[in-house]
Amino acid sequence: MLDGFARSRVLTFSGWAFALAMMFFLIAPSLIVVPMSFSSSEYLEFPPRAFSLRWYESFFASLAWLQAARASLVAASLTAVLSVPVGTLAAYATRSLPLRMKVTVGAFLLMPAIVPSILVAIGYFFVLAQIGLVGSMTGLVLGHTALAIPVVFVIMSAAFASFDPNQERAAESFGAGRLVIWWAVIIPQIKGPLLASALLAFVTSLDEVVVAMFISAGSNSTLPKVMFSALRDKIDPTVAAISSMLILVAVFAVVALLRSGSNRPTS
Amino acid sequence: MSASVTSAEIFAGEDHGRFSRLFGPSLRPYLGLLPGIAIVFLCVALPCLWLLYLSAFDDGGKLSAINYERMIDQVSYRRIFAMTFVVSLETVLCCVILGVPLATFISSLGRRSAALFVGGILFPLWTSLLVRAYAWLVILQRNGLINNWLISTGLIEEPLPLAFNTFATVLGMTHIMLPIFLLPVIGAMRGIDRSLIRAAASMGASRAYTYQKIFLPLALPGILAGATLVFVMSLGFYVTPAILGGGNVQVVSMRIARSLATYSNFGAAAAIGIVLLLSTFALMGMSLIVRRIVQARQGGMHA
Repeated sequence: MLDGFARSRVLTFSGWAFALAMMFFLIAPSLIVVPMSFSSSEYLEFPPRAFSLRWYESFFASLAWLQAARASLVAASLTAVLSVPVGTLAAYATRSLPLRMKVTVGAFLLMPAIVPSILVAIGYFFVLAQIGLVGSMTGLVLGHTALAIPVVFVIMSAAFASFDPNQERAAESFGAGRLVIWWAVIIPQIKGPLLASALLAFVTSLDEVVVAMFISAGSNSTLPKVMFSALRDKIDPTVAAISSMLILVAVFAVVALLRSGSNRPTS
Repeated sequence: MSASVTSAEIFAGEDHGRFSRLFGPSLRPYLGLLPGIAIVFLCVALPCLWLLYLSAFDDGGKLSAINYERMIDQVSYRRIFAMTFVVSLETVLCCVILGVPLATFISSLGRRSAALFVGGILFPLWTSLLVRAYAWLVILQRNGLINNWLISTGLIEEPLPLAFNTFATVLGMTHIMLPIFLLPVIGAMRGIDRSLIRAAASMGASRAYTYQKIFLPLALPGILAGATLVFVMSLGFYVTPAILGGGNVQVVSMRIARSLATYSNFGAAAAIGIVLLLSTFALMGMSLIVRRIVQARQGGMHA
């Protein structure tokens, strides 16, 4: 465990045993819903006694669930489309700020990650009520974009830290305009982090419960909002089917990330 | 950097003169910040200021401190704040007790195996809070996984009350916060200069002594940063206590939602929110001061 000391077999063994047990604790609970979603029973049984697709059928047959899924997918896509350029531009511009300003701007842009989401939710609700946007897709997407900006900003700031500004200067000295420089010089260098931040922004919106609960309404109610009320009133196994599909989305996202070659941790 | 800025201005000036004249050449590189700052202002900063404003009025719309006085006078508020604090503190303790040994182990591994473990740690971050709360219900409830198993093995006769209490809430929150705690701590531990450990070993220090007196103090800033993050985020938790607490765990954010949804008492909800926000900032400030002191002392030690 500490190099420089003789290897202790007992310590190595207990270290591995503990670490693997912790990994089980972290990963297994999320996966348990997958077999449950194929259960034929009304109750939550594990392992299920008989298998069926009835909870998937109940999802695809329900207008309320489908509408919520549509709202969530639209909101998450728009959030990714909006927050990635906004966060990337901010991370790029922050580089040329003096140090003190850099810290202040960074702290301000990270605020959505620090302020408790219930506060953002109710405060933003009042603000939206003033301009008549409660329940609108615009309000929801703007709110989720604010929550995704810290994620994009952190990833892109890290990407720009290892970015070679000389190529940019070279392009400038040859007379390239800003758009050409972004398209041909900057973006190719930060492709991986861009994809990573787009996926994380998408997932941030897709999983967000509290803000969506207060400001999304009617046909714009998101999947987490409807799931949350389904869980609070009674335990509806349809939630297991939806959870399994959401896990599938997460697995796809991780695989896409790994294949894009930017398999560094997103911290 | 300044060279790139000036040449950018020259070309930008040729492309669209009016635009760049409007904002002035010295401001141009900072324009990229505007959309981000505007959105965060509209969706987070302005709402917080709005709550501060709302909290200063009573039910009749008159300026008063009644919303804050009520919080001091009424026992129920104190109980909710105490509950939130205890649940958050327990979550932090669980994260530290489980996370520090795990991070020590992972940081001692080679690159490849460490990357595998970090991948495993990141997996739950990708699965939704709701999915995980739901999974814990499946495991902990009366006829859930654990109770069924214990009854079938004959260890117990009556199901244990595992779900819908503080235990389930802290368990669920630890499951969510542990990855967030581990990432900075593993980072800090990987950054420790291994020659210090070897030096201690070569001078005959025991393994336990070296871990306690050299490794842990060097990892302390990372551990403090992770613990603060967990504590601050736990204070604002809503979904997990609401589902796994099953009404038996009342935390501040649930009280805010209830003041609003059930009583439509905007002033009260806003005031609780402001107190929650201030406690968050106070905690972060305190942690920053402690970290400074720790680092200053270590700096003195090395000098």
